[in-house]
Amino acid sequence: MVLHRYTLFDTTESTMSIIRFNAVNKWFKDLHVLKDVNLSVAEGEVVVICGPSGSGKSTLIRTVNQLETIGSGEIWVNGQNVIDPKTDINTVRADVGFVFQHFNLYPHLTVLDNITLAPIQVRKQPRVEAEALAETLLAKVGLANKRDVFPSQLSGGQQQRVAIARGLAMQPKVMLFDEPTSALDPEMIGEVLKVMKDLAHTGITMMCVTHEMGFAREVADRVVFLDQGEVVEMATPAEFFSAPKSERAKQFLQQVLSPMH
Amino acid sequence: MGHYQWNWAIVFEQVAGTKEYYYQWLITGLGWTVATALCAWVLALVLGSLVGTLRTVPNKWLASLATCYVELFRNIPLIVQLFLWFYVLPEVLPKSAGFWMKQDMPMPEFITAAIGLGLFTSARVAEQVRTGIMALSSGQKNAGLALGFTLPQAYRYVILPMAFRIVIPPMTSEFMNVFKNSAVALAIGVTELTFQMRQITGEYAPGNPIEVMTIVSVIYLILAFSVNRLMALIERRTQVPGYISGGGK
Repeated sequence: MVLHRYTLFDTTESTMSIIRFNAVNKWFKDLHVLKDVNLSVAEGEVVVICGPSGSGKSTLIRTVNQLETIGSGEIWVNGQNVIDPKTDINTVRADVGFVFQHFNLYPHLTVLDNITLAPIQVRKQPRVEAEALAETLLAKVGLANKRDVFPSQLSGGQQQRVAIARGLAMQPKVMLFDEPTSALDPEMIGEVLKVMKDLAHTGITMMCVTHEMGFAREVADRVVFLDQGEVVEMATPAEFFSAPKSERAKQFLQQVLSPMH
Repeated sequence: MGHYQWNWAIVFEQVAGTKEYYYQWLITGLGWTVATALCAWVLALVLGSLVGTLRTVPNKWLASLATCYVELFRNIPLIVQLFLWFYVLPEVLPKSAGFWMKQDMPMPEFITAAIGLGLFTSARVAEQVRTGIMALSSGQKNAGLALGFTLPQAYRYVILPMAFRIVIPPMTSEFMNVFKNSAVALAIGVTELTFQMRQITGEYAPGNPIEVMTIVSVIYLILAFSVNRLMALIERRTQVPGYISGGGK
């Protein structure tokens, strides 16, 4: 059976790749938004997904922790097939941090409680421990003095840094970023990117949808270029930015890198 | 009615042939009004929150079941619902249960009124709770799920705390309504405030209906206004610093 063969194949390989897409397809009604995507992310790798808007980048990254379901194919995360109904998706998600474009902090909780809620409720960590970790993380993202304020009292850049700390508090194996700087005022993009760069250097696995090509060039191990739901190119940043192979990637790079933009 | 004899002191007069005073009747009535309304409100809050939440869950069966509940209880007039619970239900139940309702159930009028009003109000509360949940961005739910919360946990810790804050103003109206709607309980014989008013102005002191009705109206007004102030206090206490409601991209 085809399915069985894939299963064997993947469990043996799972030590190498922490995320793996096998022939993933997704449709929104008649719209084919992900076309036969094959992609794997190795442990410790930083992968940037880029592409024009509507190319399916956000959909792709949301399928990793099943915030979006898929039509066909398999997705393996930390050695578990997230498509399999027998997989406990909540335990998979607990090990996968997710940073949203619009931060999505819990508005009714303080910064500290935003960070400790999941460790306490999901991981059953003692509060003291969770708070100690939260404070360490807040210091790392440069917001040690903001532990007791509410999200609405923070700037967008600060909220996004809290959101990153919230994801890290679960001590995840992978961090996913879905256009983390797209909703920010230009002057706040730098502070969030700095946190992300620091994070990339810690050796955590990162998958990041972004238009920040400077970030991709500097810290990505690989760039995946997506267009109309297809993986068109997959290369090191050096290759991708200096010598894109496809016409579509060339066009895209011209648009995002042009000084007028 | 040219020679209306005003007598505001009527409420302090003794009821003919008894040792009781009219004001005592009004206080008893007030007691039943408050008891009926509060019991109904507790029931409405619990059931309404549950049903309103279920209307928003991904499971289609649960959501449609909750929708049926809401449509059933909010589309039949309250007074008809009370009649159905009080007069019809005992007849259609198995014999022994119907017999128990008619013979042995303690305080049948009060309990039927509290449950009937509670169910009617719960449908309205459910709609408010659902609206509050829908007003939150889907990002809130996803932010919960992405961190490994189960769906019930996401509701408990992330979605409902904000949804309830958002719907405090419309819930204030519902809470006030439950006091005013409790007057309908007189139709099945609960001796609440409006029942007492009708009894006094009908049989006992037919000469001074305006005074009695005015006093009863003022009591309702004070009740509703107190509820309004209480809810305003709760709203202030639960306010999230710096959060402007209706926000959330």
